[in-house]
Amino acid sequence: MQLTLWTYEGPPHIGAMRIATSMRDLHYVLHAPQGDTYADLLFTMIERQDRRPPVTYTTFQARDLGGSTAELVKAAVAEAFERFRPAALLVGDSCTAELIQDQSGALAAGMQLPIPVVALELPAYSKKENWGAAETFYHLVRALLADQVPAPGSKRPPRDPARRPRANLLGPTVLGFRCRDDVTEIRRLLDALGIDVNVVAPLGASVDDLRRLPDADFNIDLYPEVSRTLTGWLNRSFGMPATRTIPMGVGATRDFIAEVAALAGVDPSPLLGGETPGAAGRSSSASRQPWYARSVDSTYLTGKRVFIFADATHAIAAARIAAEEMGFTVVGLGCYARDFARDVREAAARYGVEALISDDYLEVEKAIAAAAPELVLGTQMERHIAKRLGIACAVISSPIHVQDVPARYSPVYGFEGANVLFDSWVHPLVMGLEEHLLQMFRDDFEFNDAAPASHLPAVAAQTMAVAELGMSDADDGPAWTADGERELKKIPFFVRGKARRNTESYARSRGLSTITVETLYDAKAHFAR
Amino acid sequence: MSNLHDIPVATRSGCDERPVLRERGQREVFCGLTGIVWLHRKLQDAFFLVVGSRTCAHLIQSAAGVMIFAEPRFGTAILTDRDLAGMADANDELDRLCVTLLERRPEIRTLFLVGSCPSEVIKLDLARAAERLNARLLPQVRVLSYSGSGIETTFTQGEDAALRTFVPLMPHTDARQLMVVGCLPDIVEDQFRRQFEQLGIADVVFLPGRRAADVPAIGPNTDLLPAQPFNGDTVRALVARGARLLRAPYPFGAEGTTAWLQAAARAWGVSPAAFDAVTGPARARAETALARQRPLLAGRSLFMLPDSQLEPSLARFLHRELGMRLIEVGTPFLDRQMVSEELALLPDDIVLSEGQHLDRQLDRVRAARPDLTVCGLGLANPLEAEGLATKWSIELVFSPIHGYDQAGDLAELFARPFARRARLAV
Repeated sequence: MQLTLWTYEGPPHIGAMRIATSMRDLHYVLHAPQGDTYADLLFTMIERQDRRPPVTYTTFQARDLGGSTAELVKAAVAEAFERFRPAALLVGDSCTAELIQDQSGALAAGMQLPIPVVALELPAYSKKENWGAAETFYHLVRALLADQVPAPGSKRPPRDPARRPRANLLGPTVLGFRCRDDVTEIRRLLDALGIDVNVVAPLGASVDDLRRLPDADFNIDLYPEVSRTLTGWLNRSFGMPATRTIPMGVGATRDFIAEVAALAGVDPSPLLGGETPGAAGRSSSASRQPWYARSVDSTYLTGKRVFIFADATHAIAAARIAAEEMGFTVVGLGCYARDFARDVREAAARYGVEALISDDYLEVEKAIAAAAPELVLGTQMERHIAKRLGIACAVISSPIHVQDVPARYSPVYGFEGANVLFDSWVHPLVMGLEEHLLQMFRDDFEFNDAAPASHLPAVAAQTMAVAELGMSDADDGPAWTADGERELKKIPFFVRGKARRNTESYARSRGLSTITVETLYDAKAHFAR
Repeated sequence: MSNLHDIPVATRSGCDERPVLRERGQREVFCGLTGIVWLHRKLQDAFFLVVGSRTCAHLIQSAAGVMIFAEPRFGTAILTDRDLAGMADANDELDRLCVTLLERRPEIRTLFLVGSCPSEVIKLDLARAAERLNARLLPQVRVLSYSGSGIETTFTQGEDAALRTFVPLMPHTDARQLMVVGCLPDIVEDQFRRQFEQLGIADVVFLPGRRAADVPAIGPNTDLLPAQPFNGDTVRALVARGARLLRAPYPFGAEGTTAWLQAAARAWGVSPAAFDAVTGPARARAETALARQRPLLAGRSLFMLPDSQLEPSLARFLHRELGMRLIEVGTPFLDRQMVSEELALLPDDIVLSEGQHLDRQLDRVRAARPDLTVCGLGLANPLEAEGLATKWSIELVFSPIHGYDQAGDLAELFARPFARRARLAV
């Protein structure tokens, strides 16, 4: 048993629901008791879907156990087929149905429906949501392409040079992070290179679209958590190569363009010709990000301590942007999925930190508190942690909440995505000039702790005050003298919590029982970076 | 028994002659675990530990968007492969987790072990687990257990099952007292307490109280006044301990609140003049507030999908006090004993349905095209996209809606969809 307060991922059948709900004519019969329909509201509320997820729940009850639950499966399959007329059907168990072993997939397969029926086996007591999504996507495509797989060893014929190269965009789903807009952004890049998009899947795809996947020359593995299992199989079975670069950030987008151009056999210069790495000025990139990062207003971003925790794909990409494109210092990097732990560990080593691989929310909170970052880049869980600790935060990955599905166009991939990320990471921070003013006029009656930065919400002051209280080890820590306390108050509120903690730990390490003004400045010198 | 064989029939049964459309099929209703969302805020010294799957944990955090609490007083002991394969003794594991948990939260005085679908199916005996833990932890912490599983309970039945666990713990008393049964927001509880006091009913206890450790006494001179229609099992268990059930409509709206308070006043021999003197001003206030909302609601048609078992009571209020036209009133479970007074006040020409076959019910919604549909969050946006105005039923469970001073707020919850539509020009 594992004690959990909050979970980063749902059970694997939620992953299957994400695949079904992303597509247009697929239906999912889920053998599940009453209550499991809560999952519908993830789609209708967080993602604001205007239709119900295409899922039929069998809704078995205690009195059905030991007899008629299998009949319920067959009845639900028959009814779902009659009512919704899907082009293919997924059938599987939720956690409780797995225990009663009705073999719902086999039951449905035995019903001789005139459409493909894909039985899903998603072990609910060992696997989680992203794995469930990847597995569902893979099994669905495999079932649909079963009769198209070429004989082992056969070579893929070269592309007819008369037609443009074609790529599939694989992995975007509902409840993924900014997938809708990322797809638009990547389509633009491909179009500029003269590459056609063959199929986008699962988001917006039909069952027939999946049957056309082998018509592409290569695959773009856009969200590996969902698509890597499938792209691996397509590579092995159909000889279709797949990209490895995640086009998030200016540098990675440039790398992605080079990789895609190589796979497609086209000239990257329509896009890369205008990119000048290492150059200042507005014209050095299709993105404004490099110039914004170099403009003097951004100097205050230098060395800001950032803690990154997300799914592996977004966490690794964010770390590169933080270090190379924002000039931050990465003080923590981790992800909640063990499946991609190796990639995250490799990335963490590049920034000299130890990777945090955990799905224990409390452990993540502890690590963030210990690292005392100035900015947290995370999921909606880290948003709550950061709020509690009074630290600025931007969300970069699922799990998401309704505010992470914005109305405006806001991709995080591609050149426009880099612009979006610059804005959304900088806005939670106290702005450069404001930081200086707070330093200079800290005794001004209108410009003190109770009056937080102008662009931050009014509640900020309150949460920061709470955070500072929470950070002080009043009970067993060294005591502050009145002078020391007064001096501490002169430090701007957004770094005061850290100053207090650093000073106290410095005093403790020196065996000091009281903290004076001198101790405060000794500690400052000690921790100066 | 299967969905296909289960052809809906209108049956007449019991003393109430009203026909009921009973349906069996896919339900879009939460399970009893969801009650933890409000129970854990009400009982300030209690922790709710669900023994279940990742789905249970995901359900509770998603159902109400309760991530606002940094460290909530609930959690899930997630069963893993090791527990199911018998590699780990589930009982030892559970004991270990409970002890770890209580070390972390030393202020907890009552720990609820909450059964789920998986724990019921594998027959993990949580009652025995509670006994075992009590032997170790009492008197510091009391461990109680109930099931909130979806195979046995629907949404608000979770509260009923939780409150039911207090009944065997209640000491006996022969003192005359009034017991109000059902979780109420603190502010509403305080208002009712003041009103009972003004009526001269001084010995009032609320179940649950604000602390799970404070278990009230019960006996033959206890009058029960249910404040929520979904606590039928608890009420019956209290009656079995000798208490007397006062029958009344529930305190929604000016009329409902008056009838509810009157049931207590009559039992305690409060004179009609004294009753009017005490309740008159509050009732007038409620009626003024309702009059403001009535023009938005009168004559509009209403379809209620099953959710919280509050449906018959709210339908009565919306029909009688605000003039709404009822098409169908669905409820996940119709506990006739608990709502007999409400059913008597509903008009005859409505469909009263129990249980759910979601797709068939949505067919009826689309055919009727009601002015307002009360439904769960999973259905609201899809129905809005079809041009149907909706009201989220979950808000009716999480907002203070009981009593005179909330009557206007309750009406406003139903009027807001119309007010909003009137404002939007896009």
